[in-house]
This record gives sequence, C-alpha cells and structure tokens, in this order.
Amino acid sequence: MTRAVVTGIGVVAPSGVGVDAHWRTVLAGARRTGPITLFDPTGYPTRHGGEVPDFDAAAYADNRQLVQTDRWTHLGFAATRLALADAGLPERATDPYGYAVTLASSSGGNLFGQRELQRLWGGPTRTVGAYQSIAWFYAASVGQLSIHHQFKGPCGVLVAEAAGGLDSLAHAVRVVRRGTPVVVAGATECPLSPYALACQLRSGLLSDVADPARAYRPFDAAASGYLPAEGGAVFVVEELGHALSRGARVYGEVTGWGATHDAVHTGPDAAGDPGQYARAMRLALDRAGVGPDAVDVVLPDALGVPRYDRSEAVALRAVFGERPPPVTTQKPLTGRAHQGGAALDVATALLAFHHDTLPATAAPDDVADGCDLDFLRGHRRPRSRVALVCARGFDGFNSALVLRGAAPTRGVTR
Amino acid sequence: MTGRRTVVTGVGVVAPGGASRDRFWKAITEGRTATRRISFFDPSQFRSQIAAECDFDPVAAGLTAAERRRADRYVQFALACSAEAVADAGLDLTDAERDRAGVVLGTAVGGTMALEQQYVTVSDTGRRWLVDAARGGRYLYQALVPSSLAADVACRHGLHGPAQVVSTGCTSGIDAIGYAHQLIADGEADVVLAGAADSPISPVTVASFDAIKATSPDNDDPEHASRPFDADRHGFVLAEGAAVLVLEEAGHARRRGAHVYCEVAGYGSRSNGYHMTGLRPDGLEMGLAISDALRQARLAPEQVSYISAHGSGTRQNDRHETAAFKRALGPAAYRVPISSIKSMVGHSLGAIGSIEMAACALAIEFGVVPPTANWATRDPECDLDYVPNEARELPVDVALSVGSGFGGFQSAMVFRRLSGAVPA
Repeated sequence: MTRAVVTGIGVVAPSGVGVDAHWRTVLAGARRTGPITLFDPTGYPTRHGGEVPDFDAAAYADNRQLVQTDRWTHLGFAATRLALADAGLPERATDPYGYAVTLASSSGGNLFGQRELQRLWGGPTRTVGAYQSIAWFYAASVGQLSIHHQFKGPCGVLVAEAAGGLDSLAHAVRVVRRGTPVVVAGATECPLSPYALACQLRSGLLSDVADPARAYRPFDAAASGYLPAEGGAVFVVEELGHALSRGARVYGEVTGWGATHDAVHTGPDAAGDPGQYARAMRLALDRAGVGPDAVDVVLPDALGVPRYDRSEAVALRAVFGERPPPVTTQKPLTGRAHQGGAALDVATALLAFHHDTLPATAAPDDVADGCDLDFLRGHRRPRSRVALVCARGFDGFNSALVLRGAAPTRGVTR
Repeated sequence: MTGRRTVVTGVGVVAPGGASRDRFWKAITEGRTATRRISFFDPSQFRSQIAAECDFDPVAAGLTAAERRRADRYVQFALACSAEAVADAGLDLTDAERDRAGVVLGTAVGGTMALEQQYVTVSDTGRRWLVDAARGGRYLYQALVPSSLAADVACRHGLHGPAQVVSTGCTSGIDAIGYAHQLIADGEADVVLAGAADSPISPVTVASFDAIKATSPDNDDPEHASRPFDADRHGFVLAEGAAVLVLEEAGHARRRGAHVYCEVAGYGSRSNGYHMTGLRPDGLEMGLAISDALRQARLAPEQVSYISAHGSGTRQNDRHETAAFKRALGPAAYRVPISSIKSMVGHSLGAIGSIEMAACALAIEFGVVPPTANWATRDPECDLDYVPNEARELPVDVALSVGSGFGGFQSAMVFRRLSGAVPA
C-alpha cells in the first residue's frame, strides 16, 4: 500500500508565523489570545480571540493577489509558502500534474464578503467589485494557490466545520494513493469580521468571559465556551518514495483516519454522540493498524463547552479504557480556528515528535467533573511516537487522525 | 483500488421547471426552458435580471417544521432530494448499515441567501460595519458554515458514516459524487447520499456576476436567454436547484436486490492553474480530466454514447469545452451527441454538476438524451453535435459529464450501464 508522509509544515497562527515560532509558543505554554483588533469588538459579548501576530501578507503574495482575496486566503498563501519551503520544494511545481492542493474552509472570505455586502446594500452605487465573485466563496484559496504554485492535479475543498482540517489530510492520502505524489493539505481560517463573529455568537458555544486568561478553559470546572481564532496550518503530504528519492526530511506518516457523524444537531440540550465519536477514533486506529495501547498522546477537540468536554472524555475513556494515554491541548493558547485549529493540532503533534518532546497541556487547571483524563502536566519524551488527533464539527461531525512520528532529528534544540 | 465498485440506485432532483425527478426529466426531455425574470426580489437595478428559479414547496416536499425553520433554502432542496432518492432506492438500512452510510454533498456558495438576508437586518441595510449581533436569527451560524448541508441530511436519515461538504465552486456537484465514489471504492462506506445543492439567487450573487459580465443580460427574452453553443450566446443564466444520488457498493446493492441505474465508472479532475475565471483556449486540463475518467472506466473514446456538457453559454466556456472534447476524444468527438441542460435549467453553480449526473443516470435508464434548447445559429468554433432543441432517443450505455469552474477546476465523470447481473 502506498504510504504518505508529511515533509513540510507551514504554520500561520496566533502562536506565530512559522513552525519555530509556533513550537516556542507551545513549549512555553504562552497564551496568545487577546482583544480582537481586526475590528472594534466593543459591542459584542465575545471581545477576545486569537489573531496572527504582526502578519505581513505582502511578504507572501503580490499586490494583485492581495487585492483579489480575503485575509483568509492571505493566511493560506503564507502557510503554503512556508510549508513548501520547509519541505525543500520550489515555489512553482516542476511537475504540475503531480501536485494538488486540498484545503478545508469552514466559512470562506468573511472580511471581503462583508465589505462587498456593505457596498451593495449601503453604498451609493449598489454594486459589488469585480473580485467578489472570486474572493468570498469557499474555493477561493485553493484556486489561487493552484494557479500561483502550479498545482494542477486533483484539487479539493472540504467543509466539515472544525473537523475538516483533519479530513483534508485524510483526503490528501487518498489523492496520493491515486497517483499524485505531492498534495498540499490543511486549513486556514479567518472568521474575525464583525458579521462572521455575529454569526458565530449564534452558535451558543463562544465564551463571553471578559478575562482572556480565563475565557477558554476546556475540561476545566470554569469552562465557558471557546474563543474564536484565525490562522491554521498547511502541510506537504508526499508519497514516501517520492520524499525519500529527493532526500526530504520526514516529520511523520499519516497512517490512519476515521470520520463519523452523530446524526444529531448541536444545541443547548445536546452534547454530541460519544459513541459515534469513539467510533471515529477506533476507525482511525484500526486503519493505522495500532491498538489503543500503542497511542503515545491524544490531542482532543477541546471545545471548552462543559457538556461537550464531558462527552469527549466519555468517548476517550470508551476507546482507551483504564489505561488512557496522556492528553494535551494547546487550543487555549491560540483560540479555536475551526478547521485551521484541527490542522494546527496536527502540526503540534508532528513537531512534538520532531523535537522529541510531548508538550504539556494548556488546560485544564481545575478538572471539571466528568472530564477525568490523563492530562499531560509537564513536557515528556515520546515513546511509541503515535499520536491521535481528534476534532468535532458543529452539528455532529467527528474526525480522527493517526500520525506516526519519524525518529527525532539529531541535534534539534529542545 | 480494491475492486469495490460503485453503483447508482436512487435519484432525487429539485430543479427549475421540475421539483422532482420525474417532473425534471419530463421538462428537460420536452425541451422546456425554466429561465424567467427573477421573482424573489426586484432585479431592476441589475444588469442581468433573469434566473432559473425552482417552484419549491417545502411542506409538499415533506420537510418538518423544524427543518423548515433551521435550513436555508439550498439545504431544504437537499433534504427533499435525499428523501426522494432514498425512497427511489428503496433503502431501509439497519443500525449497523447506518454506521457505514455517509453523506457527501457539494455547494458552491452555501448559505449565501440566508447570510445576505440576515446581513441586511443586522447591518441596518448596510449602514453599520459593526453589525448588531443581537438581531441575528437563531440559525445564523448554520448559514455561515455550509457544513450544515451534509449535517442536516445525515440527521434526517440517521446516517453515521462519513459526512462531508465539497466546495470546489462550479465543479462541486461532480466532485462531491467523486469523493463519495472514492469513499465506497476504498471501503470507507457502503452507501453514500451524494449530490449537491445551491440557492444563489440573491442580490449579492447577481451583483457579483454582473460585475464581471458573466451572466446573460438578455432580460427581454428570459425563456431563450441560456444559449449554450449558439453563436448568439451572451453568458450564463443563474439558477438554483439540487440533486442527490444514492451511491452504493455494487455487492450491497445486489444483495438487497436494488434497481441499479448505472455504475460510477470513472472520475477525473485537474486544475488549469491558469486564471480564476479565465480558461485556456485549448481545453488542456478538462481534456486530461476526461481522459483520466475514461481510463478508470477502461473505455475508449468511441464507446461514449452521450456527453452532458458543462455548456454554460459564456463565450469562452463553450469554445474551451469544445476544444477539450476534441482533445480527449479525437475523431469520436464529432460523432457523440453532446447537450447542455443549462439551456433549460440554467446554471445552479455547485448544484448543477449533480443535476447533470442525475440526467446522465436517467438518460441511461430511459434511452433518451435531453437536448440543448435555444440553439439556432452555428458558432464556427463550436462545430460538434449539440442535440439542438429536441431530445433524441438512443441507447445510452456510457454517459460522460464534465464541469468547469472559477478557480480553474475541471472535472469529468463517467456513468456506465451495467449489462447483466450486478457485479459482486
């Protein structure tokens, strides 16, 4: 069976731009959420979130590309460039039909779309600009990346709310197995426009706690919802032989995945279906050919909504029983970037193996009733080098991904 | 990859001119056009004031009160289509089977209609940049995230397999069926409700296509405004609609004695890496997608009985596509009947790819090829057989459908009649 490995990672997230900045933030356990600055959030019950610090879009795309696209796509331009450079691949594909890009996007070009809606409904001309038709829709980033980098194989765009970031990596493996040796996968998001935030507030899952340090505390007795974030991570997923033949550094292999649906909506009286969530994890482990005992670390969805945190703990206990592996989440450091957040967890897991360090969890401090799991309280060396990354999407999506980390690179700094 | 084959066992359609499978098929084989002046809002301010709208009654379609409250129009279409497709397939799944039954649906613009309506409210008609969140409707988040499309269909039918929304613009409808086909081939699911839905007939969408003059301005004659492959074509006519197919692993279908429309024999996609809205004149990547789909189906170009064209009716698309057919099929391109049902049902963005695949399944089933309506004047660069104006009875063993979209996506899919017994 064809094997697919990750050879490049591009992080553009509140934790930093680039894998090194992200890893430093994770190791330090430094919270990067804060007041939303992309607009004035004064009138909103949720006023904090995770923004990419000092993001200079012009460093990653030319002016023509930037004016045609939303900030979400700008983040995608950056993450993709960083991932290609990290993988040692050229900016433009030398074999265009051997390259594809499959990203996830849960809400498209929000800032751009709102500006054009305002122009249409509130402006004097009642028109929209020429780029609205190519900037707002969910395929905008993938289309632009395909053109710029000459990725001309089978490209895709997946939407499964927060779970799609994992699905895009699973799909990348499907595409690799069907003969395209290099597939760029992952997700970036930018749901931080006034209207997009207004929409998210209606989900009932956002935290309205005013102190950012206390606002997003998954599995904690003080859990109150989550803080939204922008950014994410993009990966170069590559057929193993292709990677080895060019002497690429391998972070790890995507060995298993599973996706299920609760067939139950998210709501104030619902908490998902832990049985179906557990089944997604088991499917991923089965596909990877490993038992629960072999898992080194779990990166959970960590929604931060008490009833969903409890149901996630139920699912994890159902899979792992009495000998649970350590659980660690860094989402409280960055906020929750929807599909980009799940992709960011994949980056964290691969970097953990690369640096030979499983990072301590950022939450909880005071474990909530029903959320007893083996939270990783300090940094620790990996053992089996198998990570299970889990994600759930609004209205019932469950996804799980199994990664097997490569042996650590000699001489890396800790 | 594993020898697992995918068959189509159910078809559901909501289209302009026919809000059910049978009415849709009757309308398009009679060559009736469903394009008209926009009735959902006053379109007077816009360059293009026409569209193909669905006369859709969610109550008659069996949607519950909760579904009608929660779901945006495009999701309601998908709920109606999926119910029709499941009934058509006679699908009655056990609990264990529901764990291996998924939903993969495409959409290009998702909840645009609800998002725009709500935006007008929360922004005080565009006066406020910092919108008033408190005035947002209860289901505003569901409108923001198009994942609602797959979620609502999974909830309706109690399906616990993989659920996904594929959003590759105007090829979403083919790509969603392709994704579902791959899930079945790879053993990740045995049954998938696959298709697409879009309801983009909203001022912001109309304005967006006005801005780039992509849509037809033939407001004086809406019934004849969608003119694929005709020399006097002036752009596409915006539309809405949906189609959902029941895809099933062939052995699963055989064991329950299901009626099989056809097999999903091949699916290819390539990106042109050329321009967000422009097309290479030579049709290279669409040609490659077609060749890949035929290769998977192990079919030669001469074996294609019918092509359901993308045929949007823009100047450049129809030439691009004609070039792609010649490139991929060679001399056979001149002999195969080709038609664009967009001439009748318009261009429903992501949805149309699935509606066209439904038409392919029905063409194989009934041995009739729908026409290209409104064809009157030959374009020297579009010199193939476009089945002008009248349906044609002929045995269809192999139907090829193609799609092309903003972002450079080019997709192709082959449906094939199964002769004899359903394969194991």
